[in-house]
Amino acid sequence: MAVTDLRKPINPVRAIGERIIQIALLLAAAVSIFTTAGIVFSLIFETIAFFSEVSIIEFLTDTEWTPLFANQRFGIWPLVSATVLTSAIAMVVAVPLGLIAAIFLSEFADDRVRRTVKPLLEILAGIPTVVYGYFALTFLTPLLRNFIPTLSIFNSLSAGLIMGVMLIPIVASLSEDALSAVPNSLREAAYGLGSTRFEVAVHVIFPAAISGVIASIVLAFSRAVGETMIVAIAAGQNPRLTFDPTVPVMTMTSYIVQVSLGDTPYGSLSYHTLYAVGFTLFLFTFVLNIFSYWMVRKFREVYD
Amino acid sequence: MSAQEQLGVKAQTVETNVDRGSGNLKWRHFKGKILTVLGWFSIVFGLGMLLVLILDVVNKATGIFSGGTNWLTWEFFNNFDSRFPARAGAKAAIYGTLYTITLTILFAFPLGVAAAIYLEEYAKDNWFTRLVEINISNLAAVPSIIYGLLGLQVFVRWFAFGRSILAGALTLALLVVPIIIVASRESIRAVPSSLRQASYALGATRWQTVWHVVLPQSIGGILTGSILAVSRAIGETAPLITIGALTFVPFLPRNLFDVFTVLPIQIFNWTSRPNDDFRALAAAGILVLLTILLTINALAIYLRNRYQKRY
Repeated sequence: MAVTDLRKPINPVRAIGERIIQIALLLAAAVSIFTTAGIVFSLIFETIAFFSEVSIIEFLTDTEWTPLFANQRFGIWPLVSATVLTSAIAMVVAVPLGLIAAIFLSEFADDRVRRTVKPLLEILAGIPTVVYGYFALTFLTPLLRNFIPTLSIFNSLSAGLIMGVMLIPIVASLSEDALSAVPNSLREAAYGLGSTRFEVAVHVIFPAAISGVIASIVLAFSRAVGETMIVAIAAGQNPRLTFDPTVPVMTMTSYIVQVSLGDTPYGSLSYHTLYAVGFTLFLFTFVLNIFSYWMVRKFREVYD
Repeated sequence: MSAQEQLGVKAQTVETNVDRGSGNLKWRHFKGKILTVLGWFSIVFGLGMLLVLILDVVNKATGIFSGGTNWLTWEFFNNFDSRFPARAGAKAAIYGTLYTITLTILFAFPLGVAAAIYLEEYAKDNWFTRLVEINISNLAAVPSIIYGLLGLQVFVRWFAFGRSILAGALTLALLVVPIIIVASRESIRAVPSSLRQASYALGATRWQTVWHVVLPQSIGGILTGSILAVSRAIGETAPLITIGALTFVPFLPRNLFDVFTVLPIQIFNWTSRPNDDFRALAAAGILVLLTILLTINALAIYLRNRYQKRY
């Protein structure tokens, strides 16, 4: 006897209505595919237009970036170095503080503390980045200049440090999830062997959750690379190839903001540079996201 | 060497180790104490920064601690931007944010919830579903400024919407749809399948079940997630700058195709003027922005508690 699907309507008019609804819902889900396709195609489309005017060799080997000057140079490295520098400074703040907070919350704090502190920390991630940029420029930089007199008004140090504060909850929250997911049998076994709380946390639970922890760090780094307003406000607008944190620099995202604020005619070379830089940025974050995804898959310890 | 000797030697070694161990036990426990202190330090450091940030902004905006000028006045809400700090206000920015976000919700909410319903209630485990899922998790990690470049190319140029509210709202909608989808799916998944089966047993069709059973049961989580997505959109600056939202707008937008500015862009603009009065205005704008976000988040928490599951 054939099984009837009770969810299918008997009334033929209603059946058509159900079908239309289902197709509409499917189209809504397909929007995510169109969005990705839109991003990839618009970036590639304009980037190809860019490389028809500027050689890719120059893009990858020149050490100066001056597309808006009379003497145009198109070396991406000053923008990349600034992006890596500010992100690295952010990581110096976010990784140790985030990881210690995660270990503490997962293995040492009681449930009440964990349930209060986690949402509070997440407020940090919810503050608009333009606010952090303001804070870096008008509060932290003047403060740091008391200790480092040579610090410029715009510098990657302040921007990076504040970006690090913003990223603490991302590292802390995702790492805490990874640590909490380690099964209790491992904790009990380690305690049974006479380990202290510290040894259980650091020598047993942390290594067991390492893939999730690394994924959280890579994701935070990817956020830092794509972060825009903090660096656009506080790190400066001067493309230069340097790793000196006290001078103004220009990240990939700051460049996009700078060009967008001006009047950029459609199809001009400066319009195309937006997309060439955007594509480079997209590749960076894409590789980092894929790496983080792969890390979780490849090194996940399975305990069942 | 005799067996006893061997045993003796071993016994001695064990003893020494035990001795060393108990001598170290205090240190071994002390390491845990150090970690607890460091853990509290990290948390207090993060929350302390938040507190300093808020106090600093309140002080710069109102002069409440340093005895400076109060910039958060009636004129601030009722004046347009100006070259003179004393006459500048955030009226265009506040209205711009209101219009843009309302439109963003109109686009993003139905789209996100519909996609979530499809994925949870209709989708079969096939290549299309997997492709959609990979895309959603990927899109959530794309930097927001890249969405700005997408909006600039697709909405501003190809659709010829210009640097308008419509283009801005569509760009922000694409940005927050993945967040709404993820939150809605989680909430829909939490509805027990016994409720669906009961609905089918009463003769309801699939859509009737979704509309009359699944959605009412999951609306709390869907709303909470969507409100958090909206608060993300309110704070976004970079994608709107990229699509070319203006920084100086001394009028209210009249229709969907008008140029516009929003609160975060106004704050950015005032911050980038090297003048302390404008920076104080920026602080006043930040205070307004943070108040809006705080209210919205409180609403989300209220809704979450109100619709708490009762199974």
